[in-house]
Amino acid sequence: MIMLFGVFKRPTKGIVLKELILKEIDDLIIGSLGITAFISLFMGAVVALQTALNLDNPLIPKSLIGFATRQSIILEFAPTFISVIMAGKVGSYITSSIGSMRVTEQIDALEVMGINPLNYLVFPKIIALLFYPFLIAIVMFVGVFGGFLASVYGNLVSMEEFVIGLQDTFIPYHVAYAFIKTMVFGLILATIPSYHGYYMKGGALEVGKASTTSFVWTCVGIIIANYILTQLLLS
Amino acid sequence: MIQVNNLRKSFNGEEILKGLTATFDKGKTNMIIGASGSGKSVFLKNMLGLFVPDSGEIIYDGEALNEMEIERKSELRKDMGMLFQHSALFDSMTVEENVMFPLRMFSKMRRKERLERANEVLDRVNLVNLNKKMPSEISGGQQKRVALARAVVNYPSYLFCDEPNSGLDPKTATVIDNLIQEITHERDITTVIISHDMNSVMEIGETIVFLKDGKLAWKGTNKEIFKTDNQAVTDFVYSSELFKKVRIAQNEGF
Ligand SMILES: Nc1ncnc2c1ncn2[C@@H]1O[C@H](COP(=O)(O)OP(=O)(O)OP(=O)(O)O)[C@@H](O)[C@H]1O
Ligand SMILES: [Mg+2]
Repeated sequence: MIMLFGVFKRPTKGIVLKELILKEIDDLIIGSLGITAFISLFMGAVVALQTALNLDNPLIPKSLIGFATRQSIILEFAPTFISVIMAGKVGSYITSSIGSMRVTEQIDALEVMGINPLNYLVFPKIIALLFYPFLIAIVMFVGVFGGFLASVYGNLVSMEEFVIGLQDTFIPYHVAYAFIKTMVFGLILATIPSYHGYYMKGGALEVGKASTTSFVWTCVGIIIANYILTQLLLS
Repeated sequence: MIQVNNLRKSFNGEEILKGLTATFDKGKTNMIIGASGSGKSVFLKNMLGLFVPDSGEIIYDGEALNEMEIERKSELRKDMGMLFQHSALFDSMTVEENVMFPLRMFSKMRRKERLERANEVLDRVNLVNLNKKMPSEISGGQQKRVALARAVVNYPSYLFCDEPNSGLDPKTATVIDNLIQEITHERDITTVIISHDMNSVMEIGETIVFLKDGKLAWKGTNKEIFKTDNQAVTDFVYSSELFKKVRIAQNEGF
């Protein structure tokens, strides 16, 4: 909290900040596209497969496969599961990069130059992660597409039935819920790892430890926030 | 001029600085010497405001650091250069970007002017053709010199150097010492240098404070340090074989 206060004070020169933000968007968001898309393509496929395998009652329409894929991807899988993956990928990157700047006195160097290191280092990451919902939107799309591929090419269900399932009782509020969660998770992904990097003490060994601790706490943060938000928004 | 009055600082109950008082003059190379672990770096970091002292004052040309608003402190710091003991170069930037960094953050110079200035200072620290290298690709001594270039690139009014020539060969060390002194005189900078190196002390110790056990044990100039009878100082100065021989030779009347 005290950290967040410091992040917005004594801002860095605009043009420099803009460049830093662009770099962070590239590192944190664009750089995560490949792995998250890959994971969600296959997870979508697995959800579809499992739904199909458990669907032996002839009274239940096959379109349920499309419905189940859509619901699980949008509600939980894309926002929450991918955020936990991101806690490992982006979170530990943030902690170790800021942490190593701490132990090699680069943060002190910024401070001595009259720069606010919190603003210089953390603010661009928070802004970059405001673009996190875009990543998750792509992940959702790819996940549903994975389910579609597995169902149609695995001959589990016809293309028409899958699409009917996709459109079945579509509640736009669910998408809103998913994106509200995503925004909150993005904020958690930017702040908890930054905190662990910025306030760490010690040497290179501690940087590794801080990354691990930061991963654990970021996951805990995401899981608890997920529960609270679901309670607040859906029930 | 920087004045330090009765500065105290402890870590985890252990007092490292035990009431230090010292003055660092404008336009002079002021040195802080003392054994390893005597608190020199801690002293410097207190002066820079990186550590908050437990008590005592640090006064920059009449203005007390501990009474400054954070904004004023930032302003003052834009007018400081600091060479860290382990260089502290930004490892995500090239040599050239490191040196231009303070200009980029605070000056209205164009890129071309910044580059010219960076090249000028890099040239003065005897580094050419390394502009595009990353800090991890150059030697420790070269990193030191880049860090010095970065510290002086915006011609600060206060310059702090933590062991500017450790890890340098004797010839480069002398070049760096002389450079620091030249710039100090040229721009009337208040320069504070921490050093272990008796050569540097002899060359550029215009004022010297000697720390021992967190206290000021002696102060004087490079002319006086070889004549003092202060036991702690002579122990420190003549711990090197070379200087021992010099002293014996002096006593024998050469
Ligand atoms: N951040 C810190 N936390 C706790 N103790 C510290 C910290 N920084 C320094 N110390 C302690 O303060 C003492 C003085 O350290 P300092 O780095 O000032 O020595 P020094 O005189 O600069 O030595 P050297 O010449 O080897 O650089 C040491 O005993 C060190 O353990
Ligand atoms: Mg030191």
